[in-house]
Amino acid sequence: MDGLAAGPGCGEAPVLRERGQREVFCGLTGIIWLHRKIQDAFFLVVGSRTCAHLLQSAAGVMIFAEPRFATAIIDERDLAGMSDANDELDRVVTRLIERRPDIRMLFLVGSCPSEVIKLDLSRAAQRLSKRFSPAVRVLNYSGSGIETTFTQGEDACLAALVPEMPAEPGSARSLLVVGALAEVVEDQFLRLFAALGVGPVRFLPSRRAAELPAVGPGTRFLLAQPFLAETARLLEGRGAQRLAAPFPLGAEGTTAWLRAAAREWGVDGAKFDAVVAPGQARARAALAQRAELLAGKSIFFFPDSQLEIPLARFLSRECGMVLTEVGTPYLHRQHLAEELAMLPAGITLSEGQHVDRQLDRCRAARPDITVCGLGLANPLEAEGLTTKWAIELVFTPIQGFEQAGDLAELFARPLVRRARLMV
Amino acid sequence: MELAVWTYEGPPHVGAMRIATAMEGVHYVLHAPQGDTYADLLFTMIERRAKRPPVTYTSFQARDLGGDTAELFMEAARDAYARFKPQAMLVGASCTAELIQDDPGGLAKTLGLPVPVVALELPSYQKKENWGAAETFYRLVRACAGPRVARAEGARPRANILGPTALGFRHRDDVVEVTRLLARLGVDVNVVAPMGATPADLARLGEADVNVVLYPETAGVAAAFLQRQHGIPATKTVPIGVGATRDFIAEVAALVGVDAGAVLAEQASRLPWYSRSVDSTYLTGKRVFIFGDATHAIAAARMAAEELGFVVVGLGTYTREYARDVREAAKAHGIEALITDDYLKVEEAIAALRPELVLGTQMERHIAKRLGVPCAVISAPVHVQDFPARYSPQMGFEGANVIFDTWVHPLMMGLEEHLLGMFREDFEFADGAAPSHLGHAPAREAPPEPVAAGPATWAAEAESELRKIPFFVRGKARRNTESFARERGLTTITIETLYDAKAHFSR
Repeated sequence: MDGLAAGPGCGEAPVLRERGQREVFCGLTGIIWLHRKIQDAFFLVVGSRTCAHLLQSAAGVMIFAEPRFATAIIDERDLAGMSDANDELDRVVTRLIERRPDIRMLFLVGSCPSEVIKLDLSRAAQRLSKRFSPAVRVLNYSGSGIETTFTQGEDACLAALVPEMPAEPGSARSLLVVGALAEVVEDQFLRLFAALGVGPVRFLPSRRAAELPAVGPGTRFLLAQPFLAETARLLEGRGAQRLAAPFPLGAEGTTAWLRAAAREWGVDGAKFDAVVAPGQARARAALAQRAELLAGKSIFFFPDSQLEIPLARFLSRECGMVLTEVGTPYLHRQHLAEELAMLPAGITLSEGQHVDRQLDRCRAARPDITVCGLGLANPLEAEGLTTKWAIELVFTPIQGFEQAGDLAELFARPLVRRARLMV
Repeated sequence: MELAVWTYEGPPHVGAMRIATAMEGVHYVLHAPQGDTYADLLFTMIERRAKRPPVTYTSFQARDLGGDTAELFMEAARDAYARFKPQAMLVGASCTAELIQDDPGGLAKTLGLPVPVVALELPSYQKKENWGAAETFYRLVRACAGPRVARAEGARPRANILGPTALGFRHRDDVVEVTRLLARLGVDVNVVAPMGATPADLARLGEADVNVVLYPETAGVAAAFLQRQHGIPATKTVPIGVGATRDFIAEVAALVGVDAGAVLAEQASRLPWYSRSVDSTYLTGKRVFIFGDATHAIAAARMAAEELGFVVVGLGTYTREYARDVREAAKAHGIEALITDDYLKVEEAIAALRPELVLGTQMERHIAKRLGVPCAVISAPVHVQDFPARYSPQMGFEGANVIFDTWVHPLMMGLEEHLLGMFREDFEFADGAAPSHLGHAPAREAPPEPVAAGPATWAAEAESELRKIPFFVRGKARRNTESFARERGLTTITIETLYDAKAHFSR
C-alpha cells in the first residue's frame, strides 16, 4: 500500500487564517519534555515570574525531584539599570552550576521579557561557555511567546544544537531521525531500520548532550515531528537532505515514513513488506477494536501542537472519523505536503486563532469530540461537548506501529467515558 | 535576578484574574503575548471551573512590536465589550506588555465604553499574585462602592463578607460556614465579594454595618479603604480554630451591638472534646513546622499550640506584606519567623528542625514526603486536591472539626502508637511500620546527621539498645545522645551514656 498516491486531498485547499486571542502555550513549555529527553542538560529560562509560573503550572507535579529547569527571574533592579543584567545572569548561572555539577549542557532560554528588553543571550552563552568550558557547554534559544508557539520551542532548541553537531567526515551515508521521541519508540524504530538494513541511524536530540550525532552531505533525515521547520532548514544548510514523508502516526503513516528511508537505501519491495508486515498487522488489529467506536464520529481540532494535520489524517483514514475543522497554529506546506494530499476534500483547515470565533464555529458544528487545550476542555465539557486534551498527544508515545492502538485509544476513551456515565 | 525553581505565588495579573474570575459581570482585557493564556488552566483544571475565566488576551507577537500593539489592544477591548457586555471592565498589562508601555488604561478611556473601566497598574517585576488580587479588589471597590447608607433604628445588623476569590484555599466552603455563623448571631449578609458579586453588588457595600475580612491578603486593602472612606468597621480576627472563632463571634457582636452570649455558650465544635479525649494524649508536645500564607500560618500556629497541644518549632510565610504579623506570632512561640519565597530555604529549615508534623502548602507536602515526615496542607498555592467534592471549610466550628481530622490523619493514632511500643520486639513486627490507616510507604528514619567534631562511636550493645527504642523517636534519641556525648567529650557511647542522655533530655 502506498498512501502517497491517494485521493485529491487538501494540498491546494484554502486555509482560514485568523488572528486574535490565541489559547496556546508558548515555546517555553517544550522544556517540560526536552529536559526529560536530554538527560544531562539544564534549561534556564531568563524571564519573569510569569514564565516560572507557566512552567510549574504546565509541568504540574514534576516537583517530586528537583527538575532540570529553572527561571532566572528578572526584577526591577535589572530593568532600572541598577544592576547589570549580564552580571546578574553570570551570578545566577555560576550558582546553578555549583549546585548541579552533573550538568553538561546549559540552555539559556529567551522569553518575552528578555526579547523585549533585548538581553543578548547568544553573547551571554558565548561568554559563559568560555568560562565553564570544557565541563559545560552553554547554548541559547528563544522559547518566547512572541516568537514561538508551544512545540516551536522544541524546534528552536534543536536548531540551537545543529551548529554544535560534529561534521561527518567524507560522504558516509547515515540516517538522522529528527524530533524528540520516547525512548521506547526510538528503540522500536532502531530494530525496524536494522532489519531493513538502513543505517547507521542516529537521533536528534540525543539522550546525552555530549553525544550529538554527526551531520554532513551524506546525512539523510526523516522528521519524526511536524513542527521542526527551522531545524530542518539548518540541517539542510549543513548538507543533509530531508526525506519527504508523512509522519509516523498510525499503520499507514509509519509504513510510508519507513518506506521513505528504505527507498533511499534501495531496500527491495519484498524485503520491505516482509519487515514491516508484523508491525502493520499488530497495528491494524489494535486499531480495529477502537475504530468501531470512532468510525463515523466527527472531530474538531483547536490549534495546539502542529500535530493536528497528521492526527486528522490518521483518524480519518484509519479510524473512519469525520473531520470538521482542523486548526493548526502554523501550517508548513512543504513538510506537510504528503499529509495534506491524504486529507479528504471539503474540510476546513485553519491556521492561527481567534479563540472566541473558533468556539462559535465549534458550538455550531457540535462535533462528537473536540481536541483542545486545558483552558478550554472543562468549559466545553460543561457545555456538553466531549473533549480530548491536546497536550496528552505531545507527552504520550504515539508514533510507530506499536503505539497506533494507544493513539486511537486516546480518542476513544473520552467517548467511552461519556457513554458510561449515568449521572 | 533571582533563581527560581518553583514559586509560591504567580505574577500580579494572576491575582487580578482571581478577582475577575470570582465575580460576575466583570471582564478583564489583558495586554499580553501569546502563551500567557496558560493562566486559564489554573481555573479550569485546578479548580475545575466550568466556565472560562472572563479574560481576553491581546496575544501580540514579535511582528506586532514594530507595528501598532496599541491598536491591537483597542480592538481586543472593543470586541470583548461587544461580545461579553460586562457591567465593568478591568484593563491592564502582563509582564511583557508592561515593558512596551502602551498604557491600557489610557487607551481604554478613549474607547468611551458605557461601563466603568478600571485600569490596573500591577508592577510585575516588583509584586506578586496576592498583592495583585488585593490591589484589583481595592480598585474595583473604589470604582463601584456607593456611600454608606444610614441603617434604620432597630434593623437587623448586616455584614459584608470580603476576601473570597477564585483559586482560594477552601474559600468556597469558608463563605458558607461564616454565613451560618453570622446567621446564628442574628447578622444578615449584605454582600459577599469578590466571590459571586457583580459590580452592582459592590455598589451596595455601603449598606452594611461591618465588613468581615476573611482573608487580609486579598481584602485587607479594600476593607481599610471602606473603613477610612465610608466609616464601615472591619473585623481583625480570622475565625480559624475554636479560640479564634469564639474571638471572632465576640468581635462581630461588639461591632454590631448584639449579644453573643447564647452563641458562645453553645458547644459547637467537637475539637475541644476530641483534643481532651485520652487517645489524643499522644499529640502532646509533637513538634510541628508551619509554613503558608500569613493568615493560615498564624491561625495554624495558634491552633497547634492551644487546641492540639503541639509545640510550634517553626513558623513562616511567603507573604512578605504580612511578615510583621507572622514575626509577632512567632515571637509568641519563642521562635524566629521564616520569611521567604525560596522553597529551598524552607526545605533547609524543615530538615534542620526535624519536626514530627509539617503543616504547609503543596510544596511543603513534597518536601515532607522526601524527608519522610507526616504533613497536612493548610494554605494556598492550591492543587486540584485542595478542591474536595465534600464540604470542607477551614473557618468556624465546622472548620475546626475539619482541621482536627486533617492534621491528625497523617499521624499515628494514640492507641496504635502505644501498641507499637508494646510489641516492637515481636518477631512479626515490622520495624518502621506506617500508621495502619495509611497505605503509602512508611516514614524512613532520617540518616544520622554528620557530626561537626569529635564524633563518638556507638558501642555495639548501646547500638542494639538504641534499636529497641520505637523507630519514630529513635532518630531523636540518637541525635540527643550524640550531642550529649559530644558536649562531654566522650568518644564511646555506652548503654550508660544512652540512659544518661535520656535523663538529661527528658522533659
